[in-house]
Amino acid sequence: MMGARIEEIVGRYAHFDIEGVPHRVYWEESGRGIPLVCLHTAGADGRQYRAVLNDPEVTKNFRVMVFDMPRHGKSSPAPGTVDIDYRLSSEHYIAQILAFCDAMELERPVAMGCSIGGRIVLHLARWHPERFRALIGLQSAARATPYYETAWLDHPDVHGGRVCGAFAEGLCAPTSPPDHVAETRWHYSQGGPGIFKGDLWFYREGDIGSELAGIDVERCPLHLLTGEYDFSCRPADTAEVAETLGIDWTLMRDMGHFPMSENPGEFLRYLKPVLEKIRAAG
Amino acid sequence: MFQKLARTAGPGSKVAAMAPGLSCTLSLQSGASETLVMIRDGAVTDANPGPHLMSAFTFRLAASEAEWREFLAAVPKPMHHDLFAMKRRGAVAFEGDVRVLMANLLYFKRLLTSLRPEMA
Repeated sequence: MMGARIEEIVGRYAHFDIEGVPHRVYWEESGRGIPLVCLHTAGADGRQYRAVLNDPEVTKNFRVMVFDMPRHGKSSPAPGTVDIDYRLSSEHYIAQILAFCDAMELERPVAMGCSIGGRIVLHLARWHPERFRALIGLQSAARATPYYETAWLDHPDVHGGRVCGAFAEGLCAPTSPPDHVAETRWHYSQGGPGIFKGDLWFYREGDIGSELAGIDVERCPLHLLTGEYDFSCRPADTAEVAETLGIDWTLMRDMGHFPMSENPGEFLRYLKPVLEKIRAAG
Repeated sequence: MFQKLARTAGPGSKVAAMAPGLSCTLSLQSGASETLVMIRDGAVTDANPGPHLMSAFTFRLAASEAEWREFLAAVPKPMHHDLFAMKRRGAVAFEGDVRVLMANLLYFKRLLTSLRPEMA
């Protein structure tokens, strides 16, 4: 009988406070070296990064860590908060990330975020550059212009898992491998009620357009990569951020909004040179 | 443009199996021409290109013919590949009881993309 193939990823729970409130947070990690904290998209969880966690070329030099934000994946809401009208704010999102880094005693980690994670790394670059060795924004836009009613994502007549999954699928490139697209959709179908919508509150509240010019990439290098099929964070949106900051950015061909989960093989091809640059910089 | 739906999403199709119990009339407007798509138990039973002088429908998706052609390409270009990509550009209008669309979003996306040419 053949034994099972077991991945290197280890998942555990950590207890720490976020803004003074005790939380039990689930995280997964793999590898050793420079800490690389990965931030999942709105309404999803850390599973999106499993290809990065499982890539030996990455984990040879990086300690890849992915935590499920509270209310996402295996990180339950803090006790007594299950029924609140959840709205993620910039302040709370930053507090979660810094609390995780402090709890794990990470010294100047790299943070890489996608979508809302791609937005929050701009906030980290603006307000906390000294805390990070480098920042990587996937699908980073400074702002989001409403073009549909997010109320449909949490509506009494609509199954939230189905509509969120269907919406996520549309954000993938039509050329991405169907199995990975289906799994990306599944992550969204498993989100808690109102969570995707609540995360998207930050997408609008966390407009950082007026503060972009205050980001000093000399203090903390910022790398931006965006998929060409993304109509939420469009390539033009990332180009605007890059132009304001005077930095280069990378267009990922045949890629949508979820590079690390919809087409991980291609994504790693784009990511590895960035990680090598960060490693070489020390 | 949409008449093939009676075959690609007709009774017994994969698309039909996604929404048992769903019955409605979908209006697909392409430029000035309107096709009324009758859906019974998830299956398209008729796709009538009209002309319709007094159409009645549950909800309507309206775009220009050029937009629909881009959307229905085997591999659509970026910003043309999804209903909401079109919505973002203001290239499609959702009209009528949008609740039926949103409650069955994946089904209606699959229904429309069943018209795309099969990839080899």
